[in-house]
Amino acid sequence: MAQLAVHNDIISKIIEPGSRVLDLGCGDADLLAWLAENKNVDARGVELDPQKVQRAISRGVSAYQGDLEQCLYDYPNAAFDYVILSQTLLEVRQPLKVLREMLRVGKRIIVAFPNFGHWSVRMAHLFTGRAPKNKLFPHDWYDSPNIHFLTVHDFEMLAAKEGWTVERNIYLAGTEPLHAMPNFFAETAVFLIRQ
Amino acid sequence: MGHWEESRYAEVLVDVETQITTFDSINLDCGVTLGPIDCAYETYGELNQNHTNAILVTHAFSGDAHAAGIEKIGGQLGWWDNMIGPGRAFDTDKYFVICANVLGGCKGSTGPSSKDPATGKPYGMGFPVITIADMVRLQRKLTEFLGIPKLLAVAGGSMGGMQALQWAVQYPDAVAASIPIASTARHSAQQIAFNEVGRQAVMADPDWNGGDYYIGKPPARGLAVARMVGHITYMSDESMRQKFGRRTRENDDIFEVESYLRYRGSQFVDRFDANSYLYITKAMDLFDLTHNGEKTLTAALESASTRFLVISFTSDWLYPSYQSQEIVNALRRRNHDVAYCELESNYGHDAFLVQVNEQTELVKGFLAKTFKELNR
Repeated sequence: MAQLAVHNDIISKIIEPGSRVLDLGCGDADLLAWLAENKNVDARGVELDPQKVQRAISRGVSAYQGDLEQCLYDYPNAAFDYVILSQTLLEVRQPLKVLREMLRVGKRIIVAFPNFGHWSVRMAHLFTGRAPKNKLFPHDWYDSPNIHFLTVHDFEMLAAKEGWTVERNIYLAGTEPLHAMPNFFAETAVFLIRQ
Repeated sequence: MGHWEESRYAEVLVDVETQITTFDSINLDCGVTLGPIDCAYETYGELNQNHTNAILVTHAFSGDAHAAGIEKIGGQLGWWDNMIGPGRAFDTDKYFVICANVLGGCKGSTGPSSKDPATGKPYGMGFPVITIADMVRLQRKLTEFLGIPKLLAVAGGSMGGMQALQWAVQYPDAVAASIPIASTARHSAQQIAFNEVGRQAVMADPDWNGGDYYIGKPPARGLAVARMVGHITYMSDESMRQKFGRRTRENDDIFEVESYLRYRGSQFVDRFDANSYLYITKAMDLFDLTHNGEKTLTAALESASTRFLVISFTSDWLYPSYQSQEIVNALRRRNHDVAYCELESNYGHDAFLVQVNEQTELVKGFLAKTFKELNR
């Protein structure tokens, strides 16, 4: 969860006050509740887990209980200033479809994910010969919610291929920003993108 | 939850009394102008200085104005007392809560059992057809009478949810938030079917006498059967299994469930008017925000400017979650501010009356946010 807090910290700094924000997979709405309170944003969330939705709504956030992959199609074009997908990119069935829909629904999108190219992942694989299991990817292969794995480099290539404009990219090792060799040293990456 | 809150939770409003105010007339959807109109209502808590803390609670099919607290005469507890009171979901320490008996009802507001001034006798079947929109019109008259330009929220379950939706469409500037619970934007064939069975049971009773029974015997058997069917639809297979199973009454040859339904049926006859049953179930069946599919639900909700909290329950097969999701998805297509949660429950449609803790959390957070926005 520490990783989530770090993501939230970075994302909350990116978002302009008073904007309209949709958080996909918003959980208990930690991020949205903070943004509503401190940045006066219009905070909406989507979450599948009913108990998390309940907590989000009880905190005053307009959360919707549903599947983010199905619900995105309902929102009108450019309905939000930011659409956030934090941590959840690895769990969705069709990541590219989701990213494209996010870019339709939001003027900008923020995507945060753990870097599968991190040296610890490479080392784990190399030396144990098993599917990596560490701080960044804490699940055993058989009970992981993650079904797609990607590196910083993978994402950059996709953005280039799709012609997206990367407005900001933030790479982190622990809580510290990183400037060199992100594909090898970054534990997590946060991208701010527009069409 | 701390000690202090627990003790607050136990606090109940006392000496509650239903009041009645009379309006000259009301223009109905069917074109008839009906008058004079009595409106029975109760209020709890205090209206604040800016008149921005008023919440209208709308009752379900067989409910009445007595939503909370203990009646001064009779000692009965309100039908949603577990949700309305000090420290509760609709917190009477913060909000001014209003509940009124619907138009067409038989608990103090004008309905088919009221006296027709033209004849001096009860309206009976001479009462005009009424709609959910007509009920809302009367409620609007009441809130104006109480000096409330804009309600903080309208909230209700089942038919109460229909009124909450109708408010948002009909008087978007007069309400800041709508909370439809276990409800729908239009009755399905199944819902109409169950209502029709109830109506036919009433009308098949010879004592119904074309609706003209006020000087004789009411159609007690027909109305009791109608209510028995109703109660089956309010529960779930699971809740009936838990509550009754196949147990029988001691020294008796009948199943617990039979005994329960008979009791509920006969009890209902004492407190409800058969003609009101016909008129109100018809109003529910006629309710359709899309006007028979003339427009999409998304288009129908165009005028709404309120925030929404929509709640449904997993085991509610009378008002299934897909009906709530239809509303929510239509609102999302408009990029409308809507929160939605499907609560886990075994209680069937009755869940909105008994599943208190979860609803309390949702409603409290949602209202607090709405209040903050309204008073910004």
